[in-house]
Amino acid sequence: MPEPMPFTVRVLVSATSPESGRTPASNEAPDDPAAGELITGTVLRLDEPLSLWGGLDPKTGEIIDRRHPQSGTIVTGRILVMPSGRGSSSASSILLESVRRGTMPAAIVLAEVDGILALGATVAREIYDRTPPIFIAPPDVYDRLQGDLPVQLSGEALTCV
Amino acid sequence: MTLQLTDTDAAWLEGAYGDAGAMAMRILVSMAEVYGADRLLDIESAHIDGCLYHGPSGLDFAERLVAGGGTVRVPTSLNVGALDLVHPGRVHGKAEDRARAKRLMDAYLAMGCRSTWTCAPYQTGHRPGFGAQVAWAESNAIVFANSVLGARTERYGDFIDICAAITGRAPAVGLHLDENRRGQVLFRLVGIPEHLLRDPVLGPVLGYLVGRAARSRIPVIEGLPRETTEDTLKALGAAAASSGAVALFHAVGITPEAPSLAAAFGDQEPDEIIEVDRERLRETLGALSTVPSSSTLEPNRGDTAGHGADAGHPIHVVALGSPHFSVDELAAFVPLVERFPPQPDVEVYVCTNRIVLEIARARGWLEILELAGVTMVADTCVVVTPIVRRATGVLMTNSGKFAHYTPGNLGLDVLFGSLEECARSAHAGHVWRDPGLWQDEAPRGHNA
Repeated sequence: MPEPMPFTVRVLVSATSPESGRTPASNEAPDDPAAGELITGTVLRLDEPLSLWGGLDPKTGEIIDRRHPQSGTIVTGRILVMPSGRGSSSASSILLESVRRGTMPAAIVLAEVDGILALGATVAREIYDRTPPIFIAPPDVYDRLQGDLPVQLSGEALTCV
Repeated sequence: MTLQLTDTDAAWLEGAYGDAGAMAMRILVSMAEVYGADRLLDIESAHIDGCLYHGPSGLDFAERLVAGGGTVRVPTSLNVGALDLVHPGRVHGKAEDRARAKRLMDAYLAMGCRSTWTCAPYQTGHRPGFGAQVAWAESNAIVFANSVLGARTERYGDFIDICAAITGRAPAVGLHLDENRRGQVLFRLVGIPEHLLRDPVLGPVLGYLVGRAARSRIPVIEGLPRETTEDTLKALGAAAASSGAVALFHAVGITPEAPSLAAAFGDQEPDEIIEVDRERLRETLGALSTVPSSSTLEPNRGDTAGHGADAGHPIHVVALGSPHFSVDELAAFVPLVERFPPQPDVEVYVCTNRIVLEIARARGWLEILELAGVTMVADTCVVVTPIVRRATGVLMTNSGKFAHYTPGNLGLDVLFGSLEECARSAHAGHVWRDPGLWQDEAPRGHNA
């Protein structure tokens, strides 16, 4: 049983919009990490990257890439952990559509920056006022996120509960 | 690296340019921070892919921009939509989806984009100059703009493309910057027969090979003849962007940033050198087809058992024009159709844009093609929207991009061939192979 101590992850896209109408200072972080809402869920760790375009059905939240080892798994409400996205720039549209339909994961934790997923999340925040936040985990934290581990995320703090 | 915004950028965020402008700038700023950009830069033109309908959320996005007064500030062309507006009825599918697809196309027109509806905007007069900073979407258009025109664009896609067009700004990262444009992997053509080097079939096959091996690195190709046509470079880039994440390639002595091998690599050494001979190209041919007799091609079985092993296999559909056919490509196809009219039960499609369609009409080509039973498709293409009637069977194409996307998007098997092989196979109703195409010597009468 791991100690319930928080690890630090980087917020790539937060769940809530920055205040509209604010004047951005040039040295301001994009999203205030302290303001992050509490997210809880169990880890769904993908063994291989998943292209959401052709890989996730936004109607059901199911992984439908039949060549993917976790094909058939439902991502809805899970803490989706994968190295990065893969493939087509249309992946941002699929993430947006899954937010519209409410089939999206609770959060996405990546090992490296993925601009296409970040764009989908940013647009979802603009249009539907919500998105699964996207985090970048350092390698030692990323390696701990295995199996069905229950975790809590709040701002930059990730806690195994 | 911290993002520095100009006063004007900040004014956009504050809504000085309307609600849509503020939203577009918020998205750009968020993405600039994701990519670690230190500034935004001005762009001169945009090409938009977001006009292709994928679902209601894309429509929500575009209509939100229209409602917020969104208008493009730079010349902006549009990629294909999900409808053929020139030929109503060409696209099947649910009426509800067609209505939404039309609303999406209308939303982008309402923002001031041009009704080009093509994945080859660079062949309809939208040709940014050497060194121009632009924001283009659609993988083949991106690779063409960067490689053949020497313009500079990152890999843009849905949503961010229109944000850049509305604000005239883009994050200063990636291929916008000098230091990220030098070649990384050398593909050296060796021992490829002269007739093959000059045949348009080389473009998609070489491109597919390059994309698979380069992945997201920048390839440099050495050994293409100086006279390599723009259409061959277009097919090469489109295939490389399908099989890999290639957004820029250099062809030594041909593309503008590669006057020499040293220039293409920025005077540095290649990370990897890959020799491409005829056998490697023939292996790639196998990867472009899903029909077993051709995908099991083995490179060392000798010429007669390699290419051509699928001759006689039934085909049901021929699809041409990804990227959209140019005037020159159509000019090559029309005489083939006159000599080898397709069997009535083979569906033959040529996808192109309105401008080429009008030129074809003026030259009398449309009449020839329609009489022969060829279906012209404009504004869209057969792998992105329901046009093809067959749900099962074999589609033959001369496009590396169609070959890549047909099995997943249409559920049909695919066979790759040259333009002449496609035309003569449609005529026969089964695969016809050009016996000398992949041999050492061009056969008698080969027009290379």
